[in-house]
Amino acid sequence: MSDKIDEGLRSELQKQGIWVTSMQDLYNWGRKNSIWPLQFGLACCAIEMIATAASRYDLARFGGEVFRPSPRQADLMIVAGTVTKKMAPQIVRLYNQMPDPKYVIAMGACAISGGPFKQGYNVLKGIDRYIPVDVYIPGCPPRPEALLHAFMELQRKIDEQKLTGTNKASHLDSAQPSEFPVPAFGAHDLEPSLNSDVFHPPEIERA
Amino acid sequence: MESLEEIKARAEAVVPDAKIEIVLNPGPANQPSLLLEALSALRVARFLHDDPALRLDFCSNATGVDWLDRKVKTTRKVKKLVEGEEKEVDETTEESVPGYLEAVYHLYSMSHKHGPVIIRSRTVNRADDVHLPSLTPVWRSAEMQEREIFDLYGIHFDGHPDLRRILMWDEFVDHPMRKDYVEPDDYEYEPTPHDEVLERAKEHYPARPELEQLTPRE
Repeated sequence: MSDKIDEGLRSELQKQGIWVTSMQDLYNWGRKNSIWPLQFGLACCAIEMIATAASRYDLARFGGEVFRPSPRQADLMIVAGTVTKKMAPQIVRLYNQMPDPKYVIAMGACAISGGPFKQGYNVLKGIDRYIPVDVYIPGCPPRPEALLHAFMELQRKIDEQKLTGTNKASHLDSAQPSEFPVPAFGAHDLEPSLNSDVFHPPEIERA
Repeated sequence: MESLEEIKARAEAVVPDAKIEIVLNPGPANQPSLLLEALSALRVARFLHDDPALRLDFCSNATGVDWLDRKVKTTRKVKKLVEGEEKEVDETTEESVPGYLEAVYHLYSMSHKHGPVIIRSRTVNRADDVHLPSLTPVWRSAEMQEREIFDLYGIHFDGHPDLRRILMWDEFVDHPMRKDYVEPDDYEYEPTPHDEVLERAKEHYPARPELEQLTPRE
């Protein structure tokens, strides 16, 4: 493991043309530099996401340019925009169809919490009610730099994932779920209105 | 363009059984409209569309309005015997008017470049008899908007080619734009609640008196 070899020795060996690494480092290095996002957008945040992928901001510098039109080939779901209650089951279904390991970026105020539409009857108050979110980006919409920052933050997170041990990455832990129940369309609201295994609302006391 | 009164007179001449009423709209907008009854609305609409002088070939907008049941107070002066003397006394009678749903269409003419002519029709009530004729056969652009009215207000448009919900899902039973719509009770923390949201915050989160001093009093 990389934490067992002395950093000084390693850099000394590297100067001599010997590269010492570990399976974990190699595995995470490979994954973090080739994150294929799922190609879909929900609202105005999607425009910023498109700008991020285009030439000016160039997501390709981080290995994330291969937007896949199929969830079967995607590693990353960028929830870019307002999630209406009518759309939420489809988002969860797309997430379930993605192969492990998979990550979610909640982009913008709406995807985080419902944003300006939070008190509306038809808007989901954050996609984290149904699927686990790795990185949240605030903003309305966030600028492309913010999405790049979230992407780098995600890469940092992937880099730190363990292959073995008690706190290993969730996709290597068979006890961790990789699919989550798809909410059903109810007579008045989505049923259930949130997945209590995933979403833990903060205990708040009002002033 | 001719006045609304002239349009009304000509429409009634062409469609003899039509009962058209002019609804005034006092206010800065001052846009009076023609109130059509459900039975003849489609034929009057056809006249407005086809008449060579009017040629209202463009329905720019169709929307719904929800009018709740209301009480109308009328005050009359009545002569009454009060303590042996005949006096004029104000007598107030209350009359409850049943509510109704209304569909409003804004019509323009592309060929004559005039408009708008506003037409509206009302359902009998807002509970069980909520049918109106669809004007989609006359103006194709009304199709999606009538679906939206059906979805959000619950007006059934007879003769509509494809009357399904358009914004909410098919299993949904409520009509969110009705004034008595009750939202699902899913309030969640809001950093700066105000007005109705503040009321809901009070219901959902316990108050802490020691923090109350920090918030400005009204």
